[in-house]
Amino acid sequence: MKIAVCIKQVPASTDVKVDPVTGVLIRSGTNNKMNPYDLYAVETALKIKAMIPNTKVYAISMGPAQAKTILNEALWMGCDEAILLSDRKFAGADVLATSQALSQGLLYIGGLDLIICGKQTIDGDTAQVGPEIAELLAYPHATYVNEIISVNEKTLEVSTNYENHHEILAISLPCLITVEKDIYTPRLPSYKRGLDFKDYEIEVISLKDLPDNDEHKYGLNGSPTQVEKIFSPDKNDKKEVVEGSILHVVDTLFNELKTKKYI
Amino acid sequence: MSRIKINYDKLKKEHVEKLMNICPFNAFEYENEKLTINSACKVCKMCVKKGPEGVCEYEEIAKVQIDKSKWTGIAVYVEHDEGGIHPVSFELIGKAIELAKKTMQAVYAVIIGADIEKKANILLTYGVDKVFVYKHEKLAHFNIERYANVFSDYIETIKPSAILIGATALGRSFAPKIAARFKTGLTADCTKLDIKENTDLVQVRPAFGGNIMASIVTSNNRPQLATVRYKIFNKPQVVEPKGVIIEHNCQGINLESKIKHLKYIKKERGIDITEAEIIVSCGRGIKTKENLRLAEELAVILGAELACTRPLIENGWFDARRQIGLSGRTVAPKLLINLGIHGAVQYEAGIKNSEYIISVNKDKTAPIMDVSHLGIIGDLNEVIPQLLQKIKAEGVINGL
Repeated sequence: MKIAVCIKQVPASTDVKVDPVTGVLIRSGTNNKMNPYDLYAVETALKIKAMIPNTKVYAISMGPAQAKTILNEALWMGCDEAILLSDRKFAGADVLATSQALSQGLLYIGGLDLIICGKQTIDGDTAQVGPEIAELLAYPHATYVNEIISVNEKTLEVSTNYENHHEILAISLPCLITVEKDIYTPRLPSYKRGLDFKDYEIEVISLKDLPDNDEHKYGLNGSPTQVEKIFSPDKNDKKEVVEGSILHVVDTLFNELKTKKYI
Repeated sequence: MSRIKINYDKLKKEHVEKLMNICPFNAFEYENEKLTINSACKVCKMCVKKGPEGVCEYEEIAKVQIDKSKWTGIAVYVEHDEGGIHPVSFELIGKAIELAKKTMQAVYAVIIGADIEKKANILLTYGVDKVFVYKHEKLAHFNIERYANVFSDYIETIKPSAILIGATALGRSFAPKIAARFKTGLTADCTKLDIKENTDLVQVRPAFGGNIMASIVTSNNRPQLATVRYKIFNKPQVVEPKGVIIEHNCQGINLESKIKHLKYIKKERGIDITEAEIIVSCGRGIKTKENLRLAEELAVILGAELACTRPLIENGWFDARRQIGLSGRTVAPKLLINLGIHGAVQYEAGIKNSEYIISVNKDKTAPIMDVSHLGIIGDLNEVIPQLLQKIKAEGVINGL
């Protein structure tokens, strides 16, 4: 079996502010890490690898050269190969253009039976790239998978997590799933395993390597959405203490719950 | 081609660090005394606007513009199950009507399923112009492949300018499938929507874990897709139906699927206050079991989980899994209502991630007031019964 895991490098902290004067983003620190939800995707792939003999797990990421760090982490955890999609022409990609690049990178790997993504990233928070990749590859997909029930060369049986119910699905392979956190406990990268990859070169592919290399489909050009502006959210720091007649305080409480749509 | 170009003739050494600091995405690389821009660049133009003048330049070659007049109307995808229509769909209809008024467009509701006549009629009472009903026995339950084929048929035939979808677990799986199929823009979890005269949706959404808001447009693609979470917009008033129902029997639409639905398991509601969106929490001020029942009643009405402080665990009134605080759980609800809680530091440590805190307490000087957004000074014995009475009298109980 051939499995690919899509991973992303994200800022170590999402603690950013907009400078009210200059409008520039202020970030605390510039450290990066693997998107935490992707650790569960990697772990899921490795668990399936343990269930099915002769399974190979590929980790793939799109980003600048620094993103090799998280691909190494994936290798050290137990992935067999790692591929980085890196090209200035991918810059400025929104959900669609990102999905386009990743889906082409996955086609470049070729012959995949299963693609696994984390349920969302912590910086973009959209949870939309996984399903879009699936559609671009014409794979069936399931999101918010919280349990792998069974898997063989033809079918994957999973439990998916909805707000008020779980649904058990049998999906024909090849397919794509996004996994919930806590589906499995991610293992730590193994230093010993890292030694095996000491001389490993992560393959870096660019636009020209992709099966569809029409540059209009990538990066900013291939992005239907544009960010018009960024700004600070209205901070809810207003504090109010209400006293007085019982009628008055009950009215205040009632109106507050009503305005906030709780009743 | 659009991208950021560095004008090396204007670039001075002291600019390098400045530019690297300005870029929110760390896209500048400086190696061997050469500054380059890597693929982390989001073309946000910060370096053009805030950087040293003329050093960074935005380059664009105009794209072929699409004819937006060929796409008209605002459509709402209606999510529903055996229990009925998901209330987020009504909220979206309300917003769609508001946006459509500004641009003189029609509002459509699209519902896919098997036995859905009743639901279609309910949708009309919320003031939509047309309800599109796609009926087939194979569509009795949501199957993403079948539903996507049906919805694609709707989009190709009607060509709506914008489509609103609830950001539920289902919507967040469905919307991207549709957006990718039409190679168009999708903005997830919008918290505000507006519309321009040229029918471009202005979509505001949080990014970076809510620390930044971004306003996003899909200016040269149609349809425009946006998902919105439940309880962001208001449910519209019921009106005299003026719209029509248009039925489609799904002939000619591919209803095959590679996904089999084996089982539907309703979630048992276990005790888990850490994931709760609304919490009613009780402290020593509750005093009597009678008051506890009032708190329970309030929790039921609000759809909230009950929680408590440590003393109420110790006297055996609560299951230990409901305790908030250092020796209990840490919670992060959208709304936390503290009833008769003084606010020990151990308790406050467990609630600091709450989005909005209301506290009812007799004592104006209780520390809990310092961390509350709204403090209600009064006796629980009076405030809660009267509040419950008022809620019942106004009949505004949320039917979820």
